[in-house]
Amino acid sequence: MGEPKTLTRKDFQSDQDVRWCPGCGDYAILKAVQEVMPELGVPKEKLVVVSGIGCSSRFPYYMNTFGFHTIHGRAPAIATGLKLARPDLEVWVVTGDGDALSIGGNHLIHALRRNIGLKILLFNNRIYGLTKGQYSPTSEVGKRTSSSPVGSVDPPFNPLALALGAGASFVARSVDIFQPHLKSTLLRAARHRGTAFIEIYQNCNIFNDGAFAYMTDKAQRATQVLELEHGAPVAIGAGDARRELRLDGLQLSAGSSEDDGEALVWDETDLNLASLMAHVGPPDLPTPIGVLHAHERPAFEDQMARQVAEQVEQRGGDGLDALIRAGDHWTVGPDGISDR
Amino acid sequence: MTTTDAPPTPSPEKLSEVVIRFAGDSGDGMQLTGGQFTATSALFGNDLSTLPDFPAEIRAPAGTLPGVSAFQVRIADYDIHTPGDVPDVLVAMNPAALKTNLGDVRPNGVVIVNLDEFKKGNLKKAKYESNPLEDGTLDGYRAVRVELTRLNRQALEDVELSNRDRDRCKNFFALGMVYWMFSRPLEPTIDYLKRKFAKKPVVADANVRALQAGYNYSDITGAFQVRYEVEPADLAPGTYRNINGNSALALGFVAASRRSGLPLFLGSYPITPASTVLHELAKFKHYGVTTFQAEDEIAAVCAAIGAAFGGSLALTTTSGPGLALKSEAMNLAVMTELPLVVCDIQRAGPSTGMPTKTEQSDLLQALYGRNGESPLPVIAPSSPADCFNAAIEACRMAIRHMTPVVLLSDGYLANGAEPWRLPDAESLPDLRVEFAGGEAIDPERGFLPYLRDEETLARPWAVPGTPGLEHRIGGLEKQEDTGNVSYDADNHQRMTELRAAKVERIARSIPPLEVEGDPDADLLILGWGSSLGAITGAVRAARREDLKVARAHLRHLVPLPSNTGEVLRRYRRVLMPEMNSGQLAMVLRARFLVDILTLAKVQGKPFGRTELLEVIREILKTDAANRPEEA
Repeated sequence: MGEPKTLTRKDFQSDQDVRWCPGCGDYAILKAVQEVMPELGVPKEKLVVVSGIGCSSRFPYYMNTFGFHTIHGRAPAIATGLKLARPDLEVWVVTGDGDALSIGGNHLIHALRRNIGLKILLFNNRIYGLTKGQYSPTSEVGKRTSSSPVGSVDPPFNPLALALGAGASFVARSVDIFQPHLKSTLLRAARHRGTAFIEIYQNCNIFNDGAFAYMTDKAQRATQVLELEHGAPVAIGAGDARRELRLDGLQLSAGSSEDDGEALVWDETDLNLASLMAHVGPPDLPTPIGVLHAHERPAFEDQMARQVAEQVEQRGGDGLDALIRAGDHWTVGPDGISDR
Repeated sequence: MTTTDAPPTPSPEKLSEVVIRFAGDSGDGMQLTGGQFTATSALFGNDLSTLPDFPAEIRAPAGTLPGVSAFQVRIADYDIHTPGDVPDVLVAMNPAALKTNLGDVRPNGVVIVNLDEFKKGNLKKAKYESNPLEDGTLDGYRAVRVELTRLNRQALEDVELSNRDRDRCKNFFALGMVYWMFSRPLEPTIDYLKRKFAKKPVVADANVRALQAGYNYSDITGAFQVRYEVEPADLAPGTYRNINGNSALALGFVAASRRSGLPLFLGSYPITPASTVLHELAKFKHYGVTTFQAEDEIAAVCAAIGAAFGGSLALTTTSGPGLALKSEAMNLAVMTELPLVVCDIQRAGPSTGMPTKTEQSDLLQALYGRNGESPLPVIAPSSPADCFNAAIEACRMAIRHMTPVVLLSDGYLANGAEPWRLPDAESLPDLRVEFAGGEAIDPERGFLPYLRDEETLARPWAVPGTPGLEHRIGGLEKQEDTGNVSYDADNHQRMTELRAAKVERIARSIPPLEVEGDPDADLLILGWGSSLGAITGAVRAARREDLKVARAHLRHLVPLPSNTGEVLRRYRRVLMPEMNSGQLAMVLRARFLVDILTLAKVQGKPFGRTELLEVIREILKTDAANRPEEA
């Protein structure tokens, strides 16, 4: 074994043809992930990408790492078993709004609650793509689709608020085409111990084109995207157009720099702030991206491994025979019971 | 109580075997009482078999019929296989216990009742119109009426406990009486109580006193007309312990882990009657066992699949409703060809059914309850102690052949107990595993995750972390060898056949179906799973009556032993008793075109030896009567 060679994006590209629709936001996310992986300093055989079912879940086939394309909604559960069995691996979960929030909602919240060391990328395109365009649990009310011809009536989940409510220790949002931001967010997630949850806005140009255009169009970005940065004032725009976010009682409100009061300084460790920020967005306020919340707490796999290690240390000397012979036992000799 | 002098102690009458049932309210500690009688008899050297019968409700209203909990134990001086059909002795702690159990007791059997409980309120709760102790209900039984509550309180008079807590010891008073009746030593139970209540010496002392008081009461008053003795059984030399099926499963999985060198991973979600496997394995962390209590049945099996991908010996445990939930994930393990053991401790269904009652009705679910062509091996242990071996065999098939395996136990095996002759660890199968490494990389084609072993047809187990073996697996159809996604028509046909052939190959490494009994028998009794004891007992009894009958028992249900068809065709008549409506019989009829009779029992109760014996007599009698006409 020589020096580990420096890996590049190419090392993470598999030999399989990528088969998403041309123009799909998934391409951009794949590119960002493949570019970030070499920066992790992890040998690629130690990386495992686990996915569920849906367009996004084809992801592992395109990564030249270990990969597991599992069943609908269950990727966090399978990844949990893998991470528990093999804490030495870096386990990434790729999922979508239908996969993670509908059929697999239970596994998502329990992974977040446990704080197991998974990096969960939720590609949110607010539509079911692979099944040809039905409304999803993040579609806006009134969405007209093949399964809701006169408009959907169920209100959507707010994935960030849901993750925070489940006790997530790392919650962030980014956007498929905001490549530098997406990559830096992925890197932050990679370095977080415990579950890291990133909602990635992703455009489905076939069934829900332009779902995020209100903020991703060049003309809109300056006024509609609020980039959060730990320790920096929460503000958008420059000069006369600068607006700052202020804490107004239990609300966040926008004001210009000429108004009285001070801009909120972003503190990603403050869960209450994150809970407020999770609900900030159009039509009144811009859409926040970046790390909403990050705090350190023990990772599930570490605690599980510690219990086993402690028990092995304290009582592990016994062999299999000792286990089989535990408890009351008696010996029958050729002439009947000889020992009790 | 009388004040006359104590009558002379009768000299014990020798019995070859006896069946005792302890019945009371679910709060009366009947499982514990029965367990203690069992443990003492095991140490004494009897062969034994036990059957607990408890309600699904943790605490149904006290004194009611649904709240009755019972524990049956059969002890014998010879090799027995079932907990017995008909109790010789019934201990009934209240009217409800008497009402639900008296019908099973043999004529002239001993019935011990707690007189103090037979008051108006309790009689009403037990739906007795009149007092059964007075209206002739107990005619034909040897009833022993004891003021158990009062005598127990009296014995514990100077113990610093409330009357309520004193009453909680009265099961040990009853146990003391039974110990006297069967000439058993008190020491094992006294030792047990001292250990169990080491931190509460007052409680330990109270229970010990209750036990002794019950024993002395029987000795002094001559409450029983007779005293019995059941001599030690002539068991094969070796070291034994008493074990129930779920504990044996847990030990078997730890043994398989040790013998394979793989860490054991259990993903599980609590469900009756499987939860105790989770409880047992959770105690074995010092053997490197990881137990993960998942958020649901699906997550439990999925976590196990993830652990299998990572190189663990992976296991999930459940019962019928949980197996239904796991079926999609089990198919993922079929498609990705990962080793996984799924334990289904069957219970009466459908739906929630009767969770604490036994049945064998998940067989077809295990065989066919998944979408697509989905073959996987199925194995069924045949006795509580056999659960240990079946667990090891299930692991062997899973890791040698890279496949999910279903182990079908049931509530009867899970909770029933018998003496287990302990194996030496070194005598257990060698299950060592070698993961694929760099040698698996083909210089031209790279690593082929679906290239098969010629002998077993298994694909390599290539765990993450192995340099150069990076590959992707998933639920989509695989191209042969490469494992790449493939929608090719011929490839799908071939892969479907390969998955089936791989499972069928296992038949090469399993023992043939063996027959016990007359080689030229007129009738073969074919069983599977937990009915082995009852069938063996019935067939042996029938042969003592010179009936020409034989029996065979299937342990591997998929694949079947290679000689199965040949054995079935050898007999004029084949009868299959199943605790379902004839599920395995249907499979075997279809496969071998043999006319198999079904004896179906779905009562939440196992087969009894006597009922099987009667069926054997009936069939052979009818056949004999019909034979001249044929000739």
